[in-house]
Amino acid sequence: MSSIEERVKKIVAEQLGVKEEEVKNEASFVEDLGADSLDTVELVMALEEEFETEIPDEEAEKITTVQLAIDYVNANLG
Amino acid sequence: MSRRRVVVTGLGMVSPLGNDVTSTWEGIVAGRSGAATIDTFDASPFTTQFSAPVKGFDVEPYLPVKDARKMDPFIQYGMVAGIQAMRDSGLEITEENAPRIGAAIGAGIGGIGSIEDGAKTIATKGPRRISPFFVPGAIINMIAGNLSIKYGFKGPNISVVTACTTGTHNIGLAARMIQHGEVDAMIAGGAEMACTPVGLGGFAAARALSTRNDDPQAASRPWDKDRDGFVLGDGAGVLVLEEYETAKARGAKIYAELVGFGMSGDAYHMTSPPENGEGAAMSMQNAINDAQIDVAHINYINAHGTSTPAGDIAECKAVKSVMGSAVDQVAVSSTKSMIGHLLGAAGSVEAIFSVLAIRDQVAPPTINLDNPDEGCDINLVPHTAQERTIDAVLTNSFGFGGTNGSLIFRKLS
Repeated sequence: MSSIEERVKKIVAEQLGVKEEEVKNEASFVEDLGADSLDTVELVMALEEEFETEIPDEEAEKITTVQLAIDYVNANLG
Repeated sequence: MSRRRVVVTGLGMVSPLGNDVTSTWEGIVAGRSGAATIDTFDASPFTTQFSAPVKGFDVEPYLPVKDARKMDPFIQYGMVAGIQAMRDSGLEITEENAPRIGAAIGAGIGGIGSIEDGAKTIATKGPRRISPFFVPGAIINMIAGNLSIKYGFKGPNISVVTACTTGTHNIGLAARMIQHGEVDAMIAGGAEMACTPVGLGGFAAARALSTRNDDPQAASRPWDKDRDGFVLGDGAGVLVLEEYETAKARGAKIYAELVGFGMSGDAYHMTSPPENGEGAAMSMQNAINDAQIDVAHINYINAHGTSTPAGDIAECKAVKSVMGSAVDQVAVSSTKSMIGHLLGAAGSVEAIFSVLAIRDQVAPPTINLDNPDEGCDINLVPHTAQERTIDAVLTNSFGFGGTNGSLIFRKLS
């Protein structure tokens, strides 16, 4: 079983079309990984699907980096 | 003041016979069929179980996979054809010329496969699982939109939607914008990928499709006594059209001149043409008047010729009435016998075949035409391509709703 961190990074790489090694913890989806506003919406949907949860919009807006996504999953689903 | 002239300087295509212009044209001149049994979904419950699909399509040399993933297949086909056409033309977009270059590319049906998938997502997973890319990935004007984003065209950005006349109307209306002086270049054409369960089922229900399931490659047989409907084809065709003086000044390769465009409406029936071919004849005549050409100079007609019982006869009558005594020296063929009916892309891929017929001085064949139907006693180029002098070509498209369009291309003089 992969760790939460690995699973988040795999999804980010798939959704944003980047290599997994580029997905550093501190990377910002928009600034560093080339995502636009629609990409980030879809990325949150993919995280919801992977972790079988619903992330409220006001929470989703705060998830702007890889680490914040990992933290959210750990805090809410860990 | 004389009218601004429009020339063709770039071609791009994805078709059932190949994923570029060269391989498709080789197949067309050789008389090959691109039809095959459907293997992308279980077609066994359908009355028609075959189509003319695009094969071995690879978007990666043209677009980042991340971007392509957000596009319905029809948009991907249109993008690839558009990129090929731009590369072929050598046209470079600068800050100066960008406002005078636009795109006019449509589809007849659009992202029907994406819409089907979206409906399934709603039904099985609920509304929260609809992708934010669903709408921009499915709607018809996104080839013109995405190409303008890629290249920076800041001129008119439109998609005319007229069923199976879409490609022809986009090319003709784009040419009008160049003639009118609004722009100096337009990237124009059409794309389609409607061979999905709902698309196939809908055309089958309208009794529009051939059901020759035991021999798909013999199914599209325009004007033949045993024809029983059209074959659904997928693909895209895109042309770069430019104002003649501008193209000449930059030393562009010029394939042909677009000299005539005509349109008409049948005002008759949702899916059938009038028996006498009146609407088709009016469309052709309007294009001839626009071109101010003597019909004796039209050496080849790329017909709409879908292989439906009513449509083929009506078009044959229209050709005879418009051409008059010159009908004896014109070659008329349907390339749909080989690639099937590409709906919104049909007019644009056939415009490309028309241009290539002028370049190579060859009329493509109508394959499977074993026994011409009654009244089809003109040169329909059965089975084998004919080398002949081709100065001008007329090409027709007719669509559901009774929407007609005709283009005339001529060797540059």
